[in-house]
Amino acid sequence: MLGLETVPGPVEAAATVGLVLVESFLLYLGYGAVTAAVTPVVVETIEED
Amino acid sequence: MELFGLGLLTIGLFVGFGLLIGILFGFFGMGGSFLVTPALLVLGYPAKVAVGSGLAFVFGTSVIGALRHRDLGQVDYRLAGLMVVGMTIGIEVGSRAVFLLQAMGQADFVVSVAYVGLLAAVGLFVLRDARTADGDGTASGLAGWIRERRLPPTVRLAGGVTVSVWVVLAIGVAVGVLSGFLGVGGGFLLMPAMLYGLGVPAAVAVGTDILQITLSGAYGAFVYAQQGAVEVPVVASLLLGSALGARIGAGATHLVDEDDIKGYFAAMLLAGSVAVASKELGGAYDIEVLSTLSVALVFGASLLVSGAIVVAAVGALRRASDEEPTTAR
Repeated sequence: MLGLETVPGPVEAAATVGLVLVESFLLYLGYGAVTAAVTPVVVETIEED
Repeated sequence: MELFGLGLLTIGLFVGFGLLIGILFGFFGMGGSFLVTPALLVLGYPAKVAVGSGLAFVFGTSVIGALRHRDLGQVDYRLAGLMVVGMTIGIEVGSRAVFLLQAMGQADFVVSVAYVGLLAAVGLFVLRDARTADGDGTASGLAGWIRERRLPPTVRLAGGVTVSVWVVLAIGVAVGVLSGFLGVGGGFLLMPAMLYGLGVPAAVAVGTDILQITLSGAYGAFVYAQQGAVEVPVVASLLLGSALGARIGAGATHLVDEDDIKGYFAAMLLAGSVAVASKELGGAYDIEVLSTLSVALVFGASLLVSGAIVVAAVGALRRASDEEPTTAR
């Protein structure tokens, strides 16, 4: 899956862990930017309801 | 239509489940992995894959948590380092036990039974904690006893506590065995161990806990990935949801009293225990309705508790705005 199964064990394992790490960093940064922009609007909408 | 071997509906299911788990993790600071592994077991993934993917998910989620705690100075690096050494040994032992059981064809059954017991035990503990207004200090005697074990060398921890290095390593090994065997991060065991057992301040216990879970989660994921037991698309989908959920859950902590939700959390853990037992019985006796019940229990309970957190947070926001207008205008 994702082309990783052709790589030997330890390399595949390190690539898998690295992939999870990179995704986590990207999600942390991406969602950080999105929530910073969206949170005030959402909170205001809830408070106005 | 399929993406990386998973159907779009399945991906949506994992993202949604990740969102719910993220809300729970962000709010309670624990509860990520020991819901994911049973959920994967219930969905029919082999025990080895369920545990390995659970550990990889723990790693990803704790990376996100650790980034937040990094700048707050809530980490005792000496304690985290010792815990990682102990947990690495423990994870090696726990994972070898799973691989051995897998070779004997017993892994699914043993891991499931262990989960039933663990979820029930933790669920009952949280339920008792929720019913007693003051749950602190119950283990202060234990902390004192542990601190008196001055087998050299000793180490000075945050909060001015001095303990034997061997005690810290022993706690790390014990939690590591469970982590490697069940695919859990160990936060729900390490937190009380550091707080009550070692007497470390609560804020430092949380930060140190998350940092060492990041490191031990990475090692655990690496060990299982070497066996091809980490389903990357599953982990990626879960993280996609949990990273957002964790932000929602963390935001809710400023609005909702944790004690108001603890009872729901305990019920969710107990439901998880019943779900895994139901799945095992359904499989053993070929009773379809029990397998269906197990899926409904895991997802339903997660939805109920994370929904309760969001509803309580929205209610708190509205109450706050209702109290403000007269002075604001």
